[in-house]
Amino acid sequence: MQTALRTSLPETELASRANFAPHARVVREERPAQTIGLPLSISGLRKSFGDNEVLRGIDLHIPAGQFVAIVGKSGCGKSTLLRLIAGLDKIDSGSISFGDEVRTEDIRVMFQEPRLLPWARVLSNVEVGLGRDRASKDAHARAEKALTEVGLADKRDQWPSVLSGGQKQRVALGRALVSRPRVLAFDEPLGALDALTRISMQRLLERVWRDQGFTAILVTHDVAEAVALADRVLVIDEGRIAHDVVVNTARPRERGSAELAALEGSILSHLLSADDRT
Amino acid sequence: MSLIDSISFPRSFRLPRVDGLIQWIVPLAIIAIWQVASVTGFVPTRVLPAPSDVALAGWKLLLSGELVRNIWVSFWRASIGFLIGGSVGFAFGLANGLSQLSAKLTDTTLQMVRNVPHLALIPLVILWFGIDESAKLFLVALGVFFPIYLNTLHGIRTVDPQLIEMGRIYGMTDSELFRRVIFPGALPSIFVGIRFALGIMWLTLIVAETIAASSGLGYMAMQAREFMLIDVVVLSILIYALLGKLADSASRVLERATLSWHPAFQKR
Ligand SMILES: Nc1ncnc2c1ncn2[C@@H]1O[C@H](COP(=O)(O)OP(=O)(O)O)[C@@H](O)[C@H]1O
Ligand SMILES: [Mg+2]
Repeated sequence: MQTALRTSLPETELASRANFAPHARVVREERPAQTIGLPLSISGLRKSFGDNEVLRGIDLHIPAGQFVAIVGKSGCGKSTLLRLIAGLDKIDSGSISFGDEVRTEDIRVMFQEPRLLPWARVLSNVEVGLGRDRASKDAHARAEKALTEVGLADKRDQWPSVLSGGQKQRVALGRALVSRPRVLAFDEPLGALDALTRISMQRLLERVWRDQGFTAILVTHDVAEAVALADRVLVIDEGRIAHDVVVNTARPRERGSAELAALEGSILSHLLSADDRT
Repeated sequence: MSLIDSISFPRSFRLPRVDGLIQWIVPLAIIAIWQVASVTGFVPTRVLPAPSDVALAGWKLLLSGELVRNIWVSFWRASIGFLIGGSVGFAFGLANGLSQLSAKLTDTTLQMVRNVPHLALIPLVILWFGIDESAKLFLVALGVFFPIYLNTLHGIRTVDPQLIEMGRIYGMTDSELFRRVIFPGALPSIFVGIRFALGIMWLTLIVAETIAASSGLGYMAMQAREFMLIDVVVLSILIYALLGKLADSASRVLERATLSWHPAFQKR
């Protein structure tokens, strides 16, 4: 099995891995050479809400263009980590750095709720994603292109309220993509969708990630989804990264293959053992 | 009246034509029964004149020009009072919904003033303004102020915080955030305020005009009472009802035009 499974890496090893990142390099070779993705380095990241120490020292390096999934039991701080990465909340201590100067348009977040403006047509909702370029002349054209990418070009003049849950989420994806972000963070974006819609959305996510080469960070509670999509799965427990699992399976991946199932099983057993302790 | 009630009602506007006629059956039947009751003497005309008498009185007043003049005066008072009270209420609602400082400064005071029934101020207002135009305008504006203020404030405070966060993430400036997220989000609630205010507007005007005025529909009704012209009294009441209904319909049309995104206003 190609899969490398590491448990409880000591910090020094993590750091050397950060510089080295052999697995990521293997994966990246499958993709177009010009990746617009940004690398991400997190060190000693802590965050508490009052007495509740949610993140107790996260050290992590994500190479440019990698697809990382974050799993962990509910309330372990996945969303908190994602919000810190996206700059939505203040860091208590530690640091998060991207390899480059970042503009706000470079980092985009998608939430479990589509958060579309109900009073704006689908196309205008996508235009919101252009940020400061909203007023530019090609705003319409760019929004339409993003809408085509998510397969909703024919819905451009609809109100969001007439769309299905999956379609709303695709509009939200179009809005996140329209500014050509270099890091895209997803907080359980498919959590509220039915099984079939989920699978087609997972395919869509994988496709746009391969096409555009952004660095993807996906928080999910679905381990099968994590191993199907990600280059690497991080398990968060007690405020730290408890496991860092590399998924080397070649893409396109066959859903439900024995290899992915075995990996899923081992990650699940980590999660369950963490659960037993509490 | 909850927001849901008020926004789901206009669906009936979309119903086929036959259903549109159905709503007039009951009022027409009432008028017919009323006419019959009057003509047969079942209801003495001293108590309630026949609908035909009321219509006749209306026709005479229309010809003399008195009716149009009085309606116009009342309409003018209502509109100006509404505009003044509405704008001030809207401005305070915006300020207190958007700024903590402004809310801390004025909200408590306004909430205290709200507990004084504005019609209780009539004696004081007459002392201040006499029975001048400004007395009526002041009372209408005061009555209209609170529903607009409260509902604008409520609308702004209850805009989905997730949408506001989304706007900020996508780099909206404060003014863009207001224009594209906060104001449209508050609009359904603002309309509830407007509809409440329209009701209060007519009520205030009727009371003010019957007590202290030398023109207008309320004055016309009081004059008619002194001369025992009961048909004119009934006519005035009916016209008030009609004007109230008109104002309400106008606000519904406006509401439908601006809230077409809302599921309650969409064709199905
Ligand atoms: N804004 C906040 N204020 C206080 N506590 C918070 C806040 N956000 C998250 N928490 C707490 O932090 C912990 C982690 O939350 P979260 O990151 O949302 O978990 P999850 O892994 O389920 O996404 C939870 O115990 C939650 O109650
Ligand atoms: Mg979460």
